[in-house]
Amino acid sequence: MAVLKKLWDYTRNTQLWNSIFRHGPPDTARNRGLVVLTNVFLHLHPVKVRRSGIRLRFTWCMGGITFFLFLVEVATGLLLMFYYHPTVEYAYVDIVDLREQVPLGVMRELHRWGAHAMVITVWLHMLRVFMTGSYKPPREFNWNVGVLLLVLTLLLSFTGYLLPWDQLAMWAVTVGSNMARATPLLGHEGPGSSLLKIGDISLINAGNDARFALLGGRFVGAGALLRFYVLHCVGIPVVAIILMAVHFWRVRKDGGISGPV
Amino acid sequence: MIEALKHSVNWLSAPPRFFTITLAAFFVLLFPGELGPAWLRRLTRPLQTVYRPKVGGIVFAVLGVLFLASCFDPNFALIVLKPDNVPIAAMIFLVAFFVWFGLKEGRRNDALRAAEQPIIEKRESGDGKVMVWPDLVYTEFLCMILWTIFLIVWSICLKAPIEEPANPAKTPNPSKAPWYFLGLQEMLVYYDPWIAGVLLPGLIIVGLCAIPYIDKNPKGNGYFTFKERKPEIAIFLFGFVVLWVWLIIIGTFLRGPNQNFFGPFEYWDAHKLVPLINVDLSQIIWVKWMHTALPRNPILREIFGLTLVAAYFLALPPLLAKRWLKGYYEKLGPTRFHIMMFLGLTMLSLPIKMMLRWTLNMHYVVTVPEIFFNI
Ligand code: HEM
Repeated sequence: MAVLKKLWDYTRNTQLWNSIFRHGPPDTARNRGLVVLTNVFLHLHPVKVRRSGIRLRFTWCMGGITFFLFLVEVATGLLLMFYYHPTVEYAYVDIVDLREQVPLGVMRELHRWGAHAMVITVWLHMLRVFMTGSYKPPREFNWNVGVLLLVLTLLLSFTGYLLPWDQLAMWAVTVGSNMARATPLLGHEGPGSSLLKIGDISLINAGNDARFALLGGRFVGAGALLRFYVLHCVGIPVVAIILMAVHFWRVRKDGGISGPV
Repeated sequence: MIEALKHSVNWLSAPPRFFTITLAAFFVLLFPGELGPAWLRRLTRPLQTVYRPKVGGIVFAVLGVLFLASCFDPNFALIVLKPDNVPIAAMIFLVAFFVWFGLKEGRRNDALRAAEQPIIEKRESGDGKVMVWPDLVYTEFLCMILWTIFLIVWSICLKAPIEEPANPAKTPNPSKAPWYFLGLQEMLVYYDPWIAGVLLPGLIIVGLCAIPYIDKNPKGNGYFTFKERKPEIAIFLFGFVVLWVWLIIIGTFLRGPNQNFFGPFEYWDAHKLVPLINVDLSQIIWVKWMHTALPRNPILREIFGLTLVAAYFLALPPLLAKRWLKGYYEKLGPTRFHIMMFLGLTMLSLPIKMMLRWTLNMHYVVTVPEIFFNI
């Protein structure tokens, strides 16, 4: 024990340690404040918070859990990307290989169940924010950022749904994207699209409408797989991360977690 | 005995009955002892006790046991224990629990208020604040560890499914959207694709975004309460629980092959025959009631439906503003009031159309297919 303590004390006095942590041990109020202030990640938090605001019974920790699940998805998704090819030839067999060739492999499970869980926790987080009236002034804008995050979460999950390239994936996305056909003006079966024409040539058809743009083709095929992969792995996560940064920043700037005045 | 029970559950879960039960349960549990004539209020008042932690706990335990017991039924287990459906079943319990919990906290605060004591949030923090390190950071850390363990255990116990390779030539029956979009897929049954798939989802997003700007009630900001914001809570929970979550439950567990309805203990028989006899309002009125042919002129043909829809969306809001919701109208002003009315009535049109379909087999109230105007 004494040896460990000595080692610990020694480490804390090295130039290396002090170059990373610019404060003493967090046993005084000042140093505890500095821990938060001098760390870019913890700095998302203020130094002090209202006690009721950090109670589980108040926040249910749902926003935090949602964020944590997002991080889990990033980490496991990154590992899955090493093995997965977004092509019609390989996508399905890559998934089967992950399932059958990796002993004790749980990355795909973690990624899939984490995604299901994230959808559920976003809803519950929204429910909590509603039930505590936390969308009321001054937090109206952050509620809106939240709504966008909700939509992005669903889209992340939707684009990921296609990637295993099995029957479930292909047909769920077919059903889902069929609705885009009916987009007013921009879908070839939507109202008003027949009005968009030059002379006799109609501008909107199955080969260039909203659904085509989403799928990169007239049906769910190679183009759709690639598009969904890119959106799933890069496009949507980047937007989501930016919006989360705004979301957390605004929680602070709007006066921290809400509480009674 | 058990078979009879299963049969009656199957019978009760046919959509019109199940929806009526859900609606009744929703309002009775949200407002126990507060709605309806005196005898109903007296009858439902004891239900207030479900918001006591002990009673609530017992109710959830009983529901959980019933659920587990149901898993012994092969047909029930076949659908509910599909790996992808397990989290959805859990979602039902989680949503029920957290709605209950939020309402319970609200009622507790209301009782404290009534007794002129500080509410929980106030009592806990007083005026003081606590340090983020260690108080908050430790909670977060613990939460992350527990969730990591939970996810790993879940992943070990339940393998992620993979079906046959994608085959564009073979449509599975039923074909379903991802589970969180099943509410939208359900709406496709009652509305044309551009309404169900584009307009209404857009309005859901717009409506959610509009909430903070429409709700002008200054009370209930930053603490749980029920009494101070009953209508807001009722409207939000109606949309979230009765429409969104309920339709997901229907879409996931009760819609089988050919999009037919099946009870939870019923075998998903692909050959189940359900006669399709949907008729439009114009047919019901002109042909069935007045025994004449449908008029050629679309305006004349649809005159009844058009009147109804116009009355619903255009005449009802001003009428409400003048009479029953006068107080709201004055508080919110015309813009907020009419936006709220439009969004609210649009939301309410879904259960109305569902009921019309189930009871009268009504297809469209107004249908002018030439201009995609089918409601
Ligand atoms: C990816 C999705 C989301 C993440 C990661 C996220 C994360 C968070 C976190 C960590 C907090 C701090 C308090 C807490 O944990 O409850 C928070 C607060 C908040 N969130 Fe979210 N959120 C998300 C989605 C949403 C949604 C869908 C809404 C509403 C529609 C929303 C509205 C809010 C509001 C208004 C606050 C401030 C609450 C208060 O001050 O009490 N967020 N969010």
